Amino acid sequence: MMNRQGRPSQPSDATTAPISATWTGHRALDLNEPLLFEQDRPGVTGVDFEPVSEGKTRLGGLERDEKIGLPGLTESQVVRHYTRLSRKNYAIDMGIFPLGSCTMKHNPRLNEAVAAMPGFADIHPLQPMASVQGALGVMEQLSHWLKTLTGMPGVSLSPKAGAHGELCGLMTIRAALEARGDARVRVLVPESAHGTNPATAAQCGYKVDSIPANDEGRVDIEALAEKLGDDVAAIMLTNPNTCGLFERDIIEIAAMTHAAGAFFYCDGANFNAIVGKVRPGDLGIDAMHINLHKTFSTPHGGGGPGSGPVVFSEALVPFAPSPFIAREGDTLRLVEDCADGAVGRMAAFHGQMGMYVRALTYMLSHGSDGLAQVAEDAVLNANYVLEGLKDVMSPSFEGPCMHEALFDDRFLKDTGVTTLDFSKALIDEGFHPMTMYFPLVVQGAMLIEPTETESKESLDEFIGALRHLATMASAGTSNSFAAAPQYSPVTRLDETQAARNPVLSYQVPDQDAAE
Amino acid sequence: MSDIRYSEDHEWIILDGDVGTIGISDYAQGALGDVVFVEMPEIGASLDKGAEVGVIESVKAASEIYTPVSGEIVAVNEAVDGDPSLVNTDPLGEGWLFKIKLSKPEELNGLSNQDAYNKFLEGLD
Repeated sequence: MMNRQGRPSQPSDATTAPISATWTGHRALDLNEPLLFEQDRPGVTGVDFEPVSEGKTRLGGLERDEKIGLPGLTESQVVRHYTRLSRKNYAIDMGIFPLGSCTMKHNPRLNEAVAAMPGFADIHPLQPMASVQGALGVMEQLSHWLKTLTGMPGVSLSPKAGAHGELCGLMTIRAALEARGDARVRVLVPESAHGTNPATAAQCGYKVDSIPANDEGRVDIEALAEKLGDDVAAIMLTNPNTCGLFERDIIEIAAMTHAAGAFFYCDGANFNAIVGKVRPGDLGIDAMHINLHKTFSTPHGGGGPGSGPVVFSEALVPFAPSPFIAREGDTLRLVEDCADGAVGRMAAFHGQMGMYVRALTYMLSHGSDGLAQVAEDAVLNANYVLEGLKDVMSPSFEGPCMHEALFDDRFLKDTGVTTLDFSKALIDEGFHPMTMYFPLVVQGAMLIEPTETESKESLDEFIGALRHLATMASAGTSNSFAAAPQYSPVTRLDETQAARNPVLSYQVPDQDAAE
Repeated sequence: MSDIRYSEDHEWIILDGDVGTIGISDYAQGALGDVVFVEMPEIGASLDKGAEVGVIESVKAASEIYTPVSGEIVAVNEAVDGDPSLVNTDPLGEGWLFKIKLSKPEELNGLSNQDAYNKFLEGLD
C-alpha cells in the first residue's frame, strides 16, 4: 500500500486478507470505550475521604435521601477514559476545521506560553489592585488595541462570549434610549443573521422584525427603508454577512438608521475578514462585539471559553457597563461603580483574563501590518476555495467573496444526495464538515470558512476531497453517501430521534430484560 | 367543506363553515425535513393575516408559521404536540396544526387553489 505521497505505508508482503473480529472489540488503536457508568465498580474510588462524622444538619429536611449515583472508578480509569475519547475527536490541532461563521483558526502556542506565566495564570480577581498592575496593564493595552482597530472611543471587556456581547450592546442601546425618554419596541434583523441576533433582541424585550435579502445576498435597502420608523430601537447587522459578502451599502444603512433615531449594532463575528482594513467606527456603527476567540485566535469550540468585548460609539459610552480601566499617573485602577443610567455589570468579575492575555499576545506578535495581512489571507483563502470548487459545486452568489464561501445544493439536484449526506461523506475523507443548512437564505447551504491559517497544501487537499465527492455524487453513487460516514468511531446518528426523544441522562439498563 | 387553498408561505387552509383548518404544505414539510417540535398558538388568540402563530423546528432549521387569514384560534392539534412526525407523514391530514375562526372570510380570495400553488412551486426551482 502506498500513501498519496507515494511512500509505502505498510510492508510489501502485508496480507490483504479480511480482518477478523477481535476478542476485545478494539481494533488496535481504535479502542472501543464503554461509558464511565458501565465501568462502575461500587466502592472503588480515586480519592480517600475521612469518614463523615454524624453531625447535626442545618438543611431543615432538604437533605438528599437517595444515592447520588456516581460510578466507582480509579483515577487511571478516568484518565484513560477521557484520553481514549479525545482520540476519537477532531480538532483544529488535527486538521482544517472549515465551519463557516465560526472562524476556527490555529491557536498559536506563543499565546499559551504567555498566558501560562504565573503573573497571569495564578492571580485572583479579589487580589489588591496594587499586586495585579501587570494584568490591569494587559486589559488597558487590549482596550487600546480594540478601540484603535475599530475606531470606536469606548470598550467594555467583560462580556463572556459573542452572544453575551450582543446582549451587552443591546442593553446599552436600551439604556441610552430610556435616558432620552424614548422607549422603542422593534429591532430590525436581516434574514441572514446569526440566530443569536433575534434571540438577543427578544431577550431584551424587543419585537424582532426581519429584513429580507436582495438577489445578491445583501440587505434590501428599500425593504429596510419601509421597516424603519420611530419605534425602531436598533438594527443588528453582520458585516461581512453570513453569505460571506460585504454589505456595500453599510454607510447608507447607518445614515438611514440614525435618521430614524435608531442605533446601529454590528455583529462583529466576521471581523476577521476586515481587521486592519476597515474601522467599523468609520462606517457609522454604534456598538459591536468582537469575538476574541475568532478574530484574535483564542481557543474555542470546546477548547476554551469565549470572550466578547464590545466597542461603543460616543453616543453610547456613557451607558456602557463597568468595569473599565482608568490610569492615574503610573497606577492603573479598575473602575467598578457605575454611572447613573448606565447598564451596570455584565459579569461577576472582570471577564476572561486568560483570553485577554492570549488575544493581546496575538495582536502584539502580528503588529498592525500583520493584522491587516490576517484579513487579506483570510479573504484570499476563501476565494481560493470558491474558485477551486465553483465548476463542480454551486456557489450561491457570484464572487469574489470575503472570508467564507457559500454553496447551495443545486449541484446535488437529482443525484439523491443531500447536503447532510455530502457533509457526512466529508467525515470519511478525514475532515470536519463545513457549516450546513445555514444561512437559511439559500437551499441546502454549505458554508466554508478556511481562515488565514491554512496553507495552500492544506486547502488543495480539502478542495481535492470536495471535488472528488461532487464528482461521485453526479456519477450516481447516492448509496455510498447514504451510508456515510463509515470510518468514524460511530456511523450515521439518528438526529431525528435524538431531537424527538432526547435521552439526557444515563439510564441504568434493566437487568431482567437483558437476560 | 371548501377546497384547499394555499399561501405563498406554504400554509394551507380548508374552510368548514366559518372555521378554517390550517397546516403546512407537502412541499414545506419536504423542504424542512424531519419535524422535531412544533410550537402552537394559544387558543383564544386573535391574529391578523400574516402574523406569526407558531414555530416549526426540524433537524435543519426553525421556521415561523404564519396565519394565512385573520381570526381567532379555536383549536390546536394536540396529537402533533405529542408526535411531530405527523407533519411529515400526513401534512394535509392528521398533521394539521390549528383551527381559526375567520374574522375576514374574504381574505380566502387572495389565496391560491391547488393548480395555482403547483405553478407557484414550479417557479421556485
